[in-house]
Amino acid sequence: MDMEAGAIIVASRPHPRLAPISADQSMPLVWLKVAVAFYAVGLLWATATVSRPCNFLSKIVFPALGLGMVFHFVSLAESAMTTGHLTLTLVSIHESESLLAFVILAFFLLVYAKYKTLSPGIFVFPLAFLLTFASSIGQGPPLFDSKLMRSGWIFAHIALIFTGYAALFLSFGASILYLLQERSLKAHRLAGYLSRLPALEVIDEIGYKSLLLGFPFMTFGLIAGSVVAQEHFGPMYFLDAKILLSLLMWAVYMVLLYTRWNSGWRGRKAAYLATFAFIAAVSAWAANYFSGVHRFVAQ
Amino acid sequence: MTFQLIGVNHRTAPLEVRERLAISEAKLPAAVQQLAQHPGVEEGMIVSTCNRVELLARSRNGGADLRAFLGEYFKIDPGQFDQHLYEYLDKDAIRHLFRVTASLDSMVVGEPQVLGQVKEAYAVARAVGTVNSQLDALVTRAFAVAKKVRTETAVGSSAVSVASVAVDLAKKIFGSLSGKTVMLVGAGKMCELAARHLLAHGAGSIFVYNRTLERAQKLAQKFGGHALPWDQLYDSADKADIVITSTGAPVAIFRREHGEKFLARRRNRPMFFIDIAVPRDVDPEVNKLDGIFVYDIDDLQQVVATHVADRHREAQRAEDIVNDEVERYLARMQTLDVVPTIVSLQEHLETIRQAEIDRVRGRLGQLTPEQDLAIEAMSRGIINKIMHTPITTLKSAAREEQGTTVIDVVRRLFNLQHKQDKEEKQEKVESAANGAQR
Repeated sequence: MDMEAGAIIVASRPHPRLAPISADQSMPLVWLKVAVAFYAVGLLWATATVSRPCNFLSKIVFPALGLGMVFHFVSLAESAMTTGHLTLTLVSIHESESLLAFVILAFFLLVYAKYKTLSPGIFVFPLAFLLTFASSIGQGPPLFDSKLMRSGWIFAHIALIFTGYAALFLSFGASILYLLQERSLKAHRLAGYLSRLPALEVIDEIGYKSLLLGFPFMTFGLIAGSVVAQEHFGPMYFLDAKILLSLLMWAVYMVLLYTRWNSGWRGRKAAYLATFAFIAAVSAWAANYFSGVHRFVAQ
Repeated sequence: MTFQLIGVNHRTAPLEVRERLAISEAKLPAAVQQLAQHPGVEEGMIVSTCNRVELLARSRNGGADLRAFLGEYFKIDPGQFDQHLYEYLDKDAIRHLFRVTASLDSMVVGEPQVLGQVKEAYAVARAVGTVNSQLDALVTRAFAVAKKVRTETAVGSSAVSVASVAVDLAKKIFGSLSGKTVMLVGAGKMCELAARHLLAHGAGSIFVYNRTLERAQKLAQKFGGHALPWDQLYDSADKADIVITSTGAPVAIFRREHGEKFLARRRNRPMFFIDIAVPRDVDPEVNKLDGIFVYDIDDLQQVVATHVADRHREAQRAEDIVNDEVERYLARMQTLDVVPTIVSLQEHLETIRQAEIDRVRGRLGQLTPEQDLAIEAMSRGIINKIMHTPITTLKSAAREEQGTTVIDVVRRLFNLQHKQDKEEKQEKVESAANGAQR
């Protein structure tokens, strides 16, 4: 492992093309902070909706989300332009959080366009807020560079995997909603926020379709990652924590799809699996912090 | 102006009385015209439904004897129904009208049919021309209040019958009902009613099971469904998304093992059992299976009860809205009362001004156009300056209790009373009020 890690330890001084860090590199951060402010409305909406729905928030949450995404997009685009390379922007952990949040929100919009329900926002908005918030306070200028980052494979890897993450997360949120709705229907009590959730079968469809859509992205994303790793670290890359967790996640993902397709698992069993897949995904994500292969930052 | 209302409703009168006083749709236009010709009545309309008969009229100073009209029209002794009749004047009449259209006076609070019925009655009265000015404005306002109550409160939002609760629950499970299969097990009345509701909300095909195939066929025909022999029940029930049971069987027909079998064959797609039978046809254990939802008659009635309670709570808020609206309407009417006084005051002063200018012009001889304009402007300016305070005072007085006193004083001070005879004045008031309301 050390050998491989050594291979990717990156130059600790900035790449000539990046230095010196100019003032306009702070602009993406400003836009991101504006986006965070708009996403805070979503966070408020999510908390209010669960306890006591607020008409005013329901009215403004969607426009706020849209504006937030515009600023968010500007932030991402500008950051890509100032560093001069798209991929490079994406690999800093903090910036990737920002990108992940954006992809998740885009996925949410897709669901909204089809089903006209804000309900998944209960999970999506807080997560998007947290990710962008963390990204906006913890972001430093990129201090790394390596040949690795320049390859198109890495870019494909990140974009695909993130879409897969977004799908998995939405599906996870949908299965929680499904459980809540199922429970209230079983208990013959339909009050409060639950009475405003979409119908059980609609929630189920949202979860399943997200899963279906996300799977190819996840699969190809992992393949793209493997290609890069194989090329740079040889066959031993497999033993890295992050990669093992990713494979585990992928396996659970596949089981999830299979049980659904084969025996129509939904409700409680499906929710357990989705939770498991989600935890695997989060661990794979968190493994960034201790993975050798994935650690691009060397300070 | 005065609004008067007389009527009976489901609370004050038994069905026999309401039947006696009901006016059929065909006879309504003639009846409304007769009402408008009744002494003292200026405008009028009649609402006649199975739950209420109400006569609404605008009269001069509340002088129309609507009881006498009832006696005349129905050829009854006017005293005969006294104990069932209610009669309201002005503010109370307005409030009653608002409450009726907002469906706060209905048998089931919040049921919206009554609004449609009042709208029909209004259309009839308008068509024959018995509603044309202030009553028109009042009824239109009542419709607006009804809409406000509907949007701002949840008084009409939840289902309050067993059948409609069943439909709501089915929608909560399946989203859209289109293409869903409904299965009736047993052929009870309630079963039929629930099935009708489901069909009306888009449910697809219907299957009917009954111990006697004949009865099943008879019921199936009513819905354009299919009757199936009883012995196929367990083999084909899994094809149904919604199962409504109402057999007289002494023990449960559907038990846990059946539910498990159905789910396996359906690949866990959800199923909804509506069990209207007593004793129950579906074992409560079935509800414990993932994906099967069982509601028995008690569950449904409990939902109905909570919804009714919700409605009553919302009704209180609706009453507050109605009360506010009544106050606002009265305030507006009073402001309108002051309009004719202001108009005649202005006319009065304008006549004086014109007369004075004509007089002075004779003495001044030939004037240049500039001088002419200057005299016009000056005289107008003086009048406007002087009149500013009295007019604002009149306007604000209209909103106060002693408004009429102030109006009287102004009229006497400027001698407006004797300008026109009483009849003419009444007309002016009306047209001014109309003009302002439109």
